[in-house]
Amino acid sequence: MEDIYTITRAFADSWALLVMFALFIGIILFAFRPGSNKVHADIANIPFRHEDRPAPDSGEEASK
Amino acid sequence: MSVLMNRPTGSQLSQNGRNKGTHEMTDYLKLAVLAVITLFAAIAANYARDAAYMVHAILTMVTAGGLFLWQLRRVDEPKAQPANEYMDGPVRASVIATAFWGVVGFLVGTFIAFQLAFPVLNFEWAQGYLNFGRLRPLHTSAVIFAFGGNALIASAFYVVQRTSAARLWGGNLSWFVFWGYQFFIVLAATGYLLGSTQSKEYAEPEWYVDIWLTIVWVCFLAVFVGTLVRRKEPHIYVANWFYLAFIITVAMLHLVNNLSLPVSIWGSRSVQVMSGVQDAMTQWWYGHNAVGFFLTAGFLGMMYYFIPKQADRPVFSYKLSIIHFWALIFLYIWAGPHHLHYTALPDWASTLGMVFSIVLWMPSWGGMINGLMTLSGAWDKLRTDPVLRMMVTSVAFYGMSTFEGPMMSIRAVNSLSHYTDWTIGHVHSGALGWNGMITFGMLYFLFPKLWNKQRLYSLSLVSWHYWLATIGIVLYASSMWVTGIMEGLMWREVDANGFLVNSFADTVAAKFPMYVVRGLGGVLFLAGSLIMVYNLWMTVVKGEAKAPARVAVPAE
Repeated sequence: MEDIYTITRAFADSWALLVMFALFIGIILFAFRPGSNKVHADIANIPFRHEDRPAPDSGEEASK
Repeated sequence: MSVLMNRPTGSQLSQNGRNKGTHEMTDYLKLAVLAVITLFAAIAANYARDAAYMVHAILTMVTAGGLFLWQLRRVDEPKAQPANEYMDGPVRASVIATAFWGVVGFLVGTFIAFQLAFPVLNFEWAQGYLNFGRLRPLHTSAVIFAFGGNALIASAFYVVQRTSAARLWGGNLSWFVFWGYQFFIVLAATGYLLGSTQSKEYAEPEWYVDIWLTIVWVCFLAVFVGTLVRRKEPHIYVANWFYLAFIITVAMLHLVNNLSLPVSIWGSRSVQVMSGVQDAMTQWWYGHNAVGFFLTAGFLGMMYYFIPKQADRPVFSYKLSIIHFWALIFLYIWAGPHHLHYTALPDWASTLGMVFSIVLWMPSWGGMINGLMTLSGAWDKLRTDPVLRMMVTSVAFYGMSTFEGPMMSIRAVNSLSHYTDWTIGHVHSGALGWNGMITFGMLYFLFPKLWNKQRLYSLSLVSWHYWLATIGIVLYASSMWVTGIMEGLMWREVDANGFLVNSFADTVAAKFPMYVVRGLGGVLFLAGSLIMVYNLWMTVVKGEAKAPARVAVPAE
């Protein structure tokens, strides 16, 4: 039986690295998904809404 | 004090009538907890094995006892949580604390800079309390955790409410976060002067202070996430991603790096669980990510909110901000080993740290470009708006220090720069330039908003602050480059027979003029911050009140 250091090291060098890398690339690709431009333009303007008070509780659902 | 409180109106009070029962319960629970803490602290003060522990026990006893009396007088009083306005009390308190601790931290920093130039300033009568070794952690913690930490708490609470369109979650929990954090700062600062330290750079406070900070930090996380969960906007704005990463990662770093066993529950000493190179690696995994997540991720959250607001246009590219965020998260955590080149750390680990540090160039510069290009089409505002100029300068310093850092992490460069004042210069171009300037910009933005004033008291004073701070940083950074590279070269200089040419004292003597220049840079930076405090004070006291906002809410 190998020691824990060697086992975890081997895991980190192979599967963990692959998963992290795939996750990272996946996130980047997701940011460029079709239709994202419109969504991102909307999010980028969040700071310019609701400066002085929170959005009202009622009526929110109705307006959607 | 009353300035900070939100005064509830009658109609808001009645909203909470149904919660009265639970409030009474928590009131009595708070009283019980405070009583137990007061009693325990009194016993601890009696049994204390060292001076720092005794002072802290007395401080705790007085604070908890005072809170007990304060709480006792308000039992059964109705509490208001108006959902239709933002909770800005803790934000106001934190921006005041930011300015206050900033001046304290800069003052101590300037003083210890002159202590290095003129050792006579290590007064004989104050040895063991006010000498360089005791004051240096006081300076670093005051500027990073007190000035920077309060700026982060203030801006996180302000930004998460505005970008979620929701009031802070947790009622008065955000007040607990603010006061709890100030208590942590007081414990840490008094502990340093009295010699209570676990000897970990930027993590000096001993075990019980660490436990207290953990409690406060978990509450900070709860308030932040609770507010995000309540949000009325369907998406989470990018600034909140950075704040969230900062809060979670700092919690993780703090817990792992401070694993220690107290020698006694009645004393401040503790023993680290890890030892040797494992302990060193853990410390610099913590240390570098404190830079990466406390001083970078959190402050990038500020950049992504306040620069668009001050320039009055959305961020240059939201896609780039997403890539910036995830690249930073995936890369930063591996860069720590570059602090341990040429040590007992295995070569593969220090190479890993070096490679990841260099790869970090990309997201850092991507973020800098994103911040700067937000001004595209509005560059003329730099001529007229000194606050925006401050913010843009901070982003420029972010770019410069994230260029310098990876370069210094390269093993060959590090062999020259390590242990020299080049490192100190690098840290200060980042801390004064990036963290300091963006925080000043934030304060100039927030003070008129939080106290409902039309504008700042004086824009020309902002310009004075800007130029004093900028020239101060330039003096600081350039003198440290010269002296750092000089001492690195002097240390490695050998004669024809292979003997070292210079003794250590030779380098100290050669560094004197640069130490004086550095101290002068500090004086300029400090003077600028005092001008800022005057300007902000006058804004609150003398500023023209803003016309009342429209009450009508447009249909969406």
